[in-house]
Amino acid sequence: MEHSLFTVAAFAALGAGIAMIAGLGPGIGQGYAAGKGVEAVGRQPEARGQITLTMLLGQAVAETTGIYALVIAFILIGVVNSVI
Amino acid sequence: MFTLFGFPVSESVVSTWIVMAILVGLALVLRRRMELYPDKMQNVIEMVVEGFNGLVASTMGEDRKNFMPYIASLFLFIGFANLSGLLGLRPPTSDINVTAGLALMTFVAIHFYGLRLKGWKHIKGLGEPFILFLPMNIVSELAKPVSLAMRLFGNIFGGAIIMAMISGAIALFVPVLPSLYFDIFSGLLQSFIFTMLTMVFITLAIE
Repeated sequence: MEHSLFTVAAFAALGAGIAMIAGLGPGIGQGYAAGKGVEAVGRQPEARGQITLTMLLGQAVAETTGIYALVIAFILIGVVNSVI
Repeated sequence: MFTLFGFPVSESVVSTWIVMAILVGLALVLRRRMELYPDKMQNVIEMVVEGFNGLVASTMGEDRKNFMPYIASLFLFIGFANLSGLLGLRPPTSDINVTAGLALMTFVAIHFYGLRLKGWKHIKGLGEPFILFLPMNIVSELAKPVSLAMRLFGNIFGGAIIMAMISGAIALFVPVLPSLYFDIFSGLLQSFIFTMLTMVFITLAIE
């Protein structure tokens, strides 16, 4: 196994890229929340402030899975850096 | 970065000290100039305090305004820590140890107030709706501080890395707009979300 360290680095880098596919989910979720927020503001323009706050809060919670993926990608990039 | 009395002091600890010094200095200076008829600066501060009072009252309930000092200092600390990237510091919140500490404070607050105000019913609540859900409820309770810490850390750290990449690629004029988003908007939004979720979790635990 003379290439084992190289292989570890290569697969860690690949894994970091694959982990970020998780960015799809939060993107869809945040877009859906924003669309619903626009609908709600259109229906009740006077409640705009409260709707925006609730929307941002929900979007931030929806973002969590994407952030987990980002953290995992950082960890894997750290593996690449420590191996090379 | 260096050691003090045998303790290692990291870069994020130093920037935390700077943020703390700014906050404490502001508080001391502004307190000295407090008067019955407010001047411009005191008006701004009173507006901020009123805003926090209103936020806590509308999220946690009118009778739980005594949480306001904790919530307000949490928000101010995280907000100033996130904005400290503007001063050229490394934001303390881009270190996972800092955010984990903040999330641990929220975790302790949730269960301290839950146990104090509801007592045995707080522990019994872990077995809802029936006892087989106990492990799942415990995991979900433990996931709260982890997700709080990871969310703040990931956002600020990711933003800092993206900003470093943009400034590394084109340093002239281009980083201005991304900096508005990553340093100012995202930082303030994340501190708001951290405090908001803290309030929601505490309210859920004590109701």
